[in-house]
Amino acid sequence: MIVAEKKPMEEIIEEIKHFENILVLGCNECVTVCEAGGKKEVGVLASALRMFFLKQGRKMRIDERTLERQCDPEYLEEIRDVADGYDAVVSLACGVGVQFTAEHYPSLPVYPGVNTCFMGVTEARGMWTERCQGCGQCILAATGGICPVARCAKRLFNGPCGGSSDGKCEIGKDTVCAWQLIIDRLRALGRMEEYERIAPIKDWSTDRAGGPRKIVREDLAP
Amino acid sequence: MSTKTPSRLEKILAEGHLAVTSECGPPRGSDPAVIEKKAALIRDHVDAVNVTDNQTSMTRMCSLAACIRLKQMGLEPILQMVTRDRNRIALQSDILGAAAFDIHNVLCLSGDHQSFGDCAQGQNVHDMDSMQLLQTVRRMRDDGKFLGGDDIARPPQMFVGAAANPFADPFEIRVLRLAKKAAAGAEFIQTQCIYNLDKFEQWMAQARDRGLTERVSILAGLTPMKSAGMARYMKNRVPGMDVPDEVVKRMADTPKEKQPEVGIDICVEAIERLKDVEGVTGFHIMAIEWEEKVAEIVERAGLFPRPDVG
Amino acid sequence: MRLSYPADIRIVRVPCTGKVDLIHILRAFEKGADGVSVVGCMEGDCHYNSGNFRAKKRVAQAKKVLDTVGIGAERVQMYNLSSSEGPRFARFAEEMADRIRALGPNPVRAAVNQMEHQTGGGR
Repeated sequence: MIVAEKKPMEEIIEEIKHFENILVLGCNECVTVCEAGGKKEVGVLASALRMFFLKQGRKMRIDERTLERQCDPEYLEEIRDVADGYDAVVSLACGVGVQFTAEHYPSLPVYPGVNTCFMGVTEARGMWTERCQGCGQCILAATGGICPVARCAKRLFNGPCGGSSDGKCEIGKDTVCAWQLIIDRLRALGRMEEYERIAPIKDWSTDRAGGPRKIVREDLAP
Repeated sequence: MSTKTPSRLEKILAEGHLAVTSECGPPRGSDPAVIEKKAALIRDHVDAVNVTDNQTSMTRMCSLAACIRLKQMGLEPILQMVTRDRNRIALQSDILGAAAFDIHNVLCLSGDHQSFGDCAQGQNVHDMDSMQLLQTVRRMRDDGKFLGGDDIARPPQMFVGAAANPFADPFEIRVLRLAKKAAAGAEFIQTQCIYNLDKFEQWMAQARDRGLTERVSILAGLTPMKSAGMARYMKNRVPGMDVPDEVVKRMADTPKEKQPEVGIDICVEAIERLKDVEGVTGFHIMAIEWEEKVAEIVERAGLFPRPDVG
Repeated sequence: MRLSYPADIRIVRVPCTGKVDLIHILRAFEKGADGVSVVGCMEGDCHYNSGNFRAKKRVAQAKKVLDTVGIGAERVQMYNLSSSEGPRFARFAEEMADRIRALGPNPVRAAVNQMEHQTGGGR
């Protein structure tokens, strides 16, 4: 899923303090799973903001709503009839949702309530780690299902580097060495001869480097 | 054995001599005199000099500029190139720049992560890795072609090298990696500095078994210890470094004023032992910020004067 | 037991403190409560296994939010006792009431009162 974390409340307050009618808009998908922007988090943020401004003697209207997701137009339409009643939206969706909401409501300021971080997994309650960088040309078949683009700090294709130490990356003991994982896995799968192949230079044109990406499925177009 | 390039280092190795290389770190400023001084200290005692490339991600004068300065002084530079800071366009471009000044040696590396240096918030590039850079330089030299396929006017004539670390994890693939680097086109190897001679000899034996010593010239890396503190630091704080307890103890048991002397002794003794290891074709002496000791080490190890290969 | 505890404490009964979520604590303050106590079983004795551990974490989260918005982490507190310890409950209640009284009224309530006073009546 897309993993995000809550922005510090001070940052959000700074952005919205001049408005009077705010909608805190959550998302029921990824940000709910990583407990950053779902219905619960919307409730907590809205309550906290109300108390903050009340304390300053300001009775701001801070409403709460959580959409199924903010990356599909039909869900964003659900607030069409009430949008005019707000001066600003704090969207707790990932960066995708914040932008799409803004696109669908061009005259309504939309502020992000979370920092969108990466595509990753839940390793344990409260711990999420990165797995994919969306390079557009998946090489997982060659690396035993472990991605060096996302999990190697130097995105080496023929790793590990000389800094791998006891299964950990040179950048810190909290970071596992992706190439140690790949080697362990290839060995467990009995495919170590694949390690000896030299991986060719990556085509990064389908990655961010090539420009903002787009997929069109002709077979699905109306 | 014939040579493919005008590289002096290649020639020395081809003629069967033990090669000696050392290292110059460029300054954190634009004063060429720093490089000139370091070079002057070692010029008669080495066959070629590595110039590091923003080592440990600390921003320094670029390796290429310093190499050019050394070439102008009559030394034989080895251009170190990391893939951390430059994309494939810049890497090929810098190789041509080096070739324009007849720099004939390049060492292909990935580079330390930028979080170690003074620009921890910067991007890293790694458009390709060190293995792929080896392939790229060989293609430019042997096929005379850019990565994109076009012909290169006056292709670079570079003797191509890579680094190897017999002591990094995982140990069991360290020889596999050497094999990969040889397959990718490495012609000479400089190893991480060696203190654990037993482990190094183990690695060399495995390299010989795979026939790698026929394909690449391996230069054993050495760094003289200045103090017991340095020995402990390298043992505990530097990833991929193997410093046996006996070495630390020997340094620590020595009175402080005599420790530098013992550090040099350990280095010279290592060279003497490694001379007898089949497949070791030379020594890469990294006396960082202690360049004045290179001459003494080379002389005491019986490697002076350097052969004249014309 | 018919022990007495301060009259200005309002009790909200839950089957387990694990049922208390962060938002419940915050809403209490939003509505003007001066202090909130979450009173649960002794650690390790929770009827429902670990409900009181969840409550402990949520109280910690509430403290952070209350500090950020300027209401004060000291106004929320977790207490643990066994259900038979009537006198202990009374003691906790006294302690809490004293502590909260010393802190003064919830600044939100004070501000709301001020606003209403200025506009001459409720809204």
